[in-house]
Amino acid sequence: MRLLNASGCLDALTAPEVARQLDGFVTKTITPLLREGNAPPRIAETAHGMLNAIGLANPGRERFLGEVLPRLRELKRPIWVSVGGFCAGDYAETCAVLEDVEAIELNLSCPNVDEAADSAAEIVAACRAATSLPLYAKLSAAHPDIAEVARAVASAGVDGLSLINTLRGMALHPRSLEPVLERGQGGLSGPTLKPVALAAVHTCYAATKLPIVAMGGVTSGQDAIELVACGARDVALGTILFSDPNAPARVRAELAAADLDEAFASAHRVTQVLA
Amino acid sequence: MSRRELRSVAGVEPVGAYTLLRVERGGLDPGVPGQFFMLEAPGRLLPRALSLCLAPRGELAFLLEAVGPGTEALCALEPGERIHVFGPLGNGFRLDVERPLLVGGGIGMAPLPFVAERIGRAPAVLGFRSERHAEAAVLMPDAQVVVEPTLVTELIEPGYDVLACGPEPMLRAVAEIAPRAQLAWEAPMACGYGACYGCAVEIDGELKRLCVEGPVLEAA
Repeated sequence: MRLLNASGCLDALTAPEVARQLDGFVTKTITPLLREGNAPPRIAETAHGMLNAIGLANPGRERFLGEVLPRLRELKRPIWVSVGGFCAGDYAETCAVLEDVEAIELNLSCPNVDEAADSAAEIVAACRAATSLPLYAKLSAAHPDIAEVARAVASAGVDGLSLINTLRGMALHPRSLEPVLERGQGGLSGPTLKPVALAAVHTCYAATKLPIVAMGGVTSGQDAIELVACGARDVALGTILFSDPNAPARVRAELAAADLDEAFASAHRVTQVLA
Repeated sequence: MSRRELRSVAGVEPVGAYTLLRVERGGLDPGVPGQFFMLEAPGRLLPRALSLCLAPRGELAFLLEAVGPGTEALCALEPGERIHVFGPLGNGFRLDVERPLLVGGGIGMAPLPFVAERIGRAPAVLGFRSERHAEAAVLMPDAQVVVEPTLVTELIEPGYDVLACGPEPMLRAVAEIAPRAQLAWEAPMACGYGACYGCAVEIDGELKRLCVEGPVLEAA
């Protein structure tokens, strides 16, 4: 099992000591052009989670390739590049120019930008034609039939799945009843997502048997084991990194005595039960 | 060097309308005045960003106002309870100025006692919204204090190197009066170390992370 960060939850350049605790660093989503992101406020704490509406702030493809990626390589960690866009061509063009990275994660599920008009399978197919690098499709658990999406992207040629992204949510100021986030709505993350993540991983593993990078509310080694027991091959940390930059080392220590092979084997049994 | 440690609460005392929270310092470096720490708020998902108010021997002291569930949980701590403290973070004030003037508005006075301690004798002006809030000026005995409707910006005379912290309208007014001022800004932060991109503010015409670029920024 590899321990990664969830895209958008760590900047390896400002916190290299955190990135070094991971088995790979996943970048913030890169879009063809620079995006400043949404106007602040962009974050809000909720009862058992948090909302963000960052809006895919990133330097754009050209500056990422020229300025950011070379500095990331100096960290000597496997690099996963999260790729985003607004049509299949946006994604495929970025995939085509990426070389010598561990994998590409296609962000098909950011709740903070308007949806890509093209379907997940169309985007994956265009990217598959553009690169031979391992491709992971990051899906949203908000889809009414995530197994159908998982099968569609599997047919289109992905090598794995990243599950799950944030779910759309909203928070109001208790007195003014105005939205806390300037954008109004944002993506919900944190411990409140864990049951949703377990179900999505379970469903998609049963549907495709593809390798899965699982994330959603992981705060401990036990959470990671449970995701593996639902079919995850790798696990990523998201919101926990905000409150605990030492979380990767702690989670790894908590996993030291765990039998992950046995946990993964139980995923097979659990999905049999589902079937 | 920033570190994250589990620290014991040494004391929690009211100071007028605010609360002074003291934690045992352990291996944590107090840093430069204007830098901040992320304090675990019991029962909450995210820590809270607080600038260091004072660095008594063996302790770190934070001045805070209970304005929501996180700061309420911090104010309700009891001596001996333990919380994670992570810092120091961000960029503090430059202290090598010729004619310093410390300007604080409300809870924005929080970093100024530590500035005053490190910079030596410096004039200070503090503004508060009520007499009860103004009791916090006890932490800066030499400061000139005003209460609304008088505004602290009315006390700023020309020719000073202003170091200011306070609400956004106050900082914008200070920047007009003193273009060379160093201003400590505030923004909601989930992480404090550049990971979440939540604390974006407009800096030089671009949205940038306050925790990485600030929280202290040059006015001009």
